[in-house]
Amino acid sequence: MCGIVGLLVRNPKMRDSIGELMLPMLIGMTERGPDSAGLAMFGEPVSSDQRKFSLYSGTPDFNWTKLGHDFEKHLSIKAKVEPKANHAVLTTNLEPATVKSWLKEHYPQLHLLSVGQLMDIYKDVGTPAQVAERYDFKNFKGTHLVGHTRMATESAITPAHAHPFTAGEDWCLVHNGSLSNANSLRRKLEYQGIEFETDNDTEAACRYLQWRMREGDDLETALHHGFEELDGFYTLLMGTRNQLALVRDPFGCKPAIIAEHDDYVAIASEFRSLAHLPDIKNAKVFEPSPMEMYVWKL
Amino acid sequence: METLKFDLDTKPLREVNQFLHGDASSLNGKVIVIENPNGAHNIAVGLKAELDITIKGHAGYYAAGMNQIAKVTIEGSAGSGVAENMMSGVVHVKGFASNAAAATANGGLLIIDGDAGLRTAIALKGADVVVGGSVGSFSAFMAQAGNFVILGDAGEGLGDSIYEAKIFVRGKVKSLGADCEKKTTSAEDRQILADLLVKAGHANVNPDSFQQYGSARTLYHFHVDNAGAY
Repeated sequence: MCGIVGLLVRNPKMRDSIGELMLPMLIGMTERGPDSAGLAMFGEPVSSDQRKFSLYSGTPDFNWTKLGHDFEKHLSIKAKVEPKANHAVLTTNLEPATVKSWLKEHYPQLHLLSVGQLMDIYKDVGTPAQVAERYDFKNFKGTHLVGHTRMATESAITPAHAHPFTAGEDWCLVHNGSLSNANSLRRKLEYQGIEFETDNDTEAACRYLQWRMREGDDLETALHHGFEELDGFYTLLMGTRNQLALVRDPFGCKPAIIAEHDDYVAIASEFRSLAHLPDIKNAKVFEPSPMEMYVWKL
Repeated sequence: METLKFDLDTKPLREVNQFLHGDASSLNGKVIVIENPNGAHNIAVGLKAELDITIKGHAGYYAAGMNQIAKVTIEGSAGSGVAENMMSGVVHVKGFASNAAAATANGGLLIIDGDAGLRTAIALKGADVVVGGSVGSFSAFMAQAGNFVILGDAGEGLGDSIYEAKIFVRGKVKSLGADCEKKTTSAEDRQILADLLVKAGHANVNPDSFQQYGSARTLYHFHVDNAGAY
């Protein structure tokens, strides 16, 4: 199964409470995805020469202070490390490639979940309520977000297999469904020099879109190619710096429902997750059509 | 007439459904209002009494599934499988309906004022379905009996492998499924259509503005060209 949620807040006054608005959405999808949950949060950008690196340690005992000291000592550059349970966000103005190879060499046990200027990613195993509590989702502030609740069907239950997945800076994707040609896609993409971190089918979809965009496609063209090549069932919800985008497979196998309101756009697998939103009665509620691309800009 | 109100914000749906499954003699004639449905699944499933139920908002999956005798009105939208396997009665969705509305429904009438999703009336077994808007792809797949009226358009593969159900479409059909073809509407079928339009609140719509579709019946019988396979 799995549940997806997305929220883009149009009313600037409501952006400080985006976490609070989202929390019942994510928890509302617990029955669809009780084993892991994840969230990509888009907030205030860091300055143009800086990047944020979302890191996952797997243990709350991890010594993040030491990592910060090691980073600054080895690379002679300032870094800010903000830990949150099993995660930390490292902010620095060093090149992403250098940071990645340093992490690989000195902290190979860490997972690098995302790189960007606006986006932080948190994902972990547990019920949506547990994961939300662990990372204090309720108090998150920002403009838009993409969330996921997972019921694993085709690969292991680990934080790395949880969604969202990323494909490039400030770009993420969550998936409800399953792909039948994930292995052949992976073989094809690895031949093109695209690196994989897991054997997850969603990662294959994510890397496919990453490859198409590397080849010069914009998101829309990449998704049109995706309709040809992705074989299986999917509702895909994507987040970028300033937009959310949604597509459903040609057979409409996996659900989605959208509420468009003057103050926000909310997306979920089921209406249950939208029912609590303020003034939902006056939102335009509709079901997206298969094979159509829906995009909402900030 | 006695009206009973249930608020799903405060009363568990299971208790409401258990009440609705009580002895028919104590339920017949009751008017029930269900407030704050908030997309919950399985609201008012398995009814078998003369109840008049109004759901004040959006319903989740399988609303009014397996319905017998009762009249259920959903004032918002309905999730997948509304009126699935309905036997009799009336289910009226005032908003849109998701996939597989009226799947395998044996009898009764499903009215959807808005659009309906993919696979509407799939394996229909005798119920009547009237959709005010358009329907998604693969609707009326293997539909065996019953009448399916679409005031808007139909998606791809309409009536694929259809048996004896009758489809009436006022708008465009993106494509027909295997063994589904245009039919000439007989006086008898025109009357069925006209009656359904009135029952579904579309009395002002001209029955002559519909194209009828049905089975070409080429998949029914053994084809002699296949004899060599044995």
